[in-house]
Amino acid sequence: MTEKYTMPDARGHFGPYGGMFVAETLIPPIQQLNAAYQQYLDDPDFVAELDRDMQYYVGRPSPLYHAERWSRELGGAQIYLKREDLNHTGSHKINNTIGQALLAKRMGKTRIIAETGAGQHGVATATVAARLGLECVVYMGAVDVARQSLNVYRMKLLGATVVAVESGSKTLKDALNEALRDWVTNVDNTFYIIGTVAGPHPYPAMVRDFQSIIGREAKQQCLDATGRLPDALVACVGGGSNAIGLFYPFIDDKSVAMYGVEAAGDGIETGRHSAPLAAGRPGVLHGNRTYLMADDDGEIIETHSISAGLDYPGVGPEHSWLKDTGRANYVSITDNEALDGFYALTRMEGIIPALESSHAMAYAMKLAPTMSQDEIMIINLSGRGDKDMQTMARREGIEL
Amino acid sequence: MSRLANTFETLSQSGRKALIPFITAGDPNPDFTVPMMHAMVEAGVDVIELGVPFSDPMADGPVIQRASERALAHKMSLRRTLEVAMEFRRTNQHTPVVLMGYLNPIEAMGYEEFANAAARADIDGVLTVDLPPEEGENCAALLKARDIDPIFLLAPNSSADRIQKMDAIGSGYLYYVSLKGVTGAGHLNTDDVETKLKEIRANTSLPIGIGFGVKDAETAKTLASLGDGVVVGSALISKIEANLDDLGQAKQAIFELLTSMRQAMDERSI
Repeated sequence: MTEKYTMPDARGHFGPYGGMFVAETLIPPIQQLNAAYQQYLDDPDFVAELDRDMQYYVGRPSPLYHAERWSRELGGAQIYLKREDLNHTGSHKINNTIGQALLAKRMGKTRIIAETGAGQHGVATATVAARLGLECVVYMGAVDVARQSLNVYRMKLLGATVVAVESGSKTLKDALNEALRDWVTNVDNTFYIIGTVAGPHPYPAMVRDFQSIIGREAKQQCLDATGRLPDALVACVGGGSNAIGLFYPFIDDKSVAMYGVEAAGDGIETGRHSAPLAAGRPGVLHGNRTYLMADDDGEIIETHSISAGLDYPGVGPEHSWLKDTGRANYVSITDNEALDGFYALTRMEGIIPALESSHAMAYAMKLAPTMSQDEIMIINLSGRGDKDMQTMARREGIEL
Repeated sequence: MSRLANTFETLSQSGRKALIPFITAGDPNPDFTVPMMHAMVEAGVDVIELGVPFSDPMADGPVIQRASERALAHKMSLRRTLEVAMEFRRTNQHTPVVLMGYLNPIEAMGYEEFANAAARADIDGVLTVDLPPEEGENCAALLKARDIDPIFLLAPNSSADRIQKMDAIGSGYLYYVSLKGVTGAGHLNTDDVETKLKEIRANTSLPIGIGFGVKDAETAKTLASLGDGVVVGSALISKIEANLDDLGQAKQAIFELLTSMRQAMDERSI
């Protein structure tokens, strides 16, 4: 097969997934957003401004680092880390918020809203809003506000209003509900910066396009460093924006295997997890059809993960499509395994990963030894672990 | 003629407007709903919108979200909501019942099975908040084939061509969301509604129900003069919420509010 990958279709469908499942009031703003996005996608001024910001504000390109000691220790594939943790604000999230904020500015919107789980997307949004002088409101589940207090403080410092959402399970999905309610009420002046490759069309495609700078750079850097393409890509998947960002530019390179790592929480068999691709079923939530964690009646089930950023009952629709077509493999890692990944990278390479990214590290520890030493694996190190210091210290019985 | 079309036709002949209450099935408990539906009919309502509880009601305000949470705590579901409707129908064959909810419970059941189950429960209309016409043609066709009206939303920012699209795919009535916001919001501007209704009327001949932000008899009267029906939801559910320890009182308060709305809507305006 040499057919080029062209998903989604004009109406935002990835096969049966994706689409535009929203209440009528949101249809006009989504159509406006899509028109603006199509207009600026190839606009030389827009692209130049975005490139400049990526270079001088975010600090791109992020390095592709050969983790030689860890590779030797695991005794298999050569492991390369795509260092998104080194971006301004500490994760891949800013790649997307810069893009959407520039779009908001061109569309004349004066107010930015966002949802956040771990707070990384909220911080990245508050950051670009501060820089562009836009009002910013971030919705965050009350449970997440408690477990990510450092990021809450950062957002407030940056001038954002952080709204603790008390409804439902008080986590990321409820923050998304609340942000949608705000948007429907303030559609005229407000731009909703969704942080992941979910939501109604065009968000899954648009966020992917902004994040795919990760994969484009990684591909070139891998060719430069080794003279060939990698054999495997590994990334954690909550909504799945960092994973799609890495995978997308490699989709037509069929020799490159892709592994998306979901959060198995206490273990898939316990039901306390956040792994819709591993243990969910297709359904409709937050504007798109995708794999979801729902019960037989279609009610959304509460999720669990040690990492707030993966604690979401859905997943980007493109991942559902890549799963069904078999182009990508989806696996899962428990909380305890993720902690092993966290400590391994910290001690072996002197890099403290975010708990989200630690899921990818943990899977790499299983996969790398099954590969040969002349094979290459790229792991997306999507964020740094600074925000998780309180969580980790508390687990070790230390109050900071 | 469908029960909904018949209802609007009869009302129109007598120069009256439809009073359409919304309650969530199973709120605050499953035993409350059917007697409440009958009491609402006694108060003079013409159509009942029966909310299907959903865990993530994105288009609803806090009042209706809490109604969903109370119902879900009693394991209320789409299947059990259909049972509620069926029980109501045993002793009332004339009041149309419209299911209002979100798509995922229908996805979980399967569109065809849902359409069959809704037909068995003698449901008259289905309004799925997050199923716009672009994604909803398949579902609408399955419903229409069983004489169930697919009901669509219109918003203040819906363009003329979208109104025509709803006119083509929808039937029964169109539900005009009178403000940009969630259910139960408080900033209804009747001048804006009047202007928009003219545009809507120019593009569809379906009856128009107006909802979101209807709090009292006075608002109901004003909106009744503009549309063909008035939908009231959060204001009713607030009565349940205020009387959770005395549900007889909740039922009485809802009856009284609907009666006052009925009277106000039926007063001849100049």
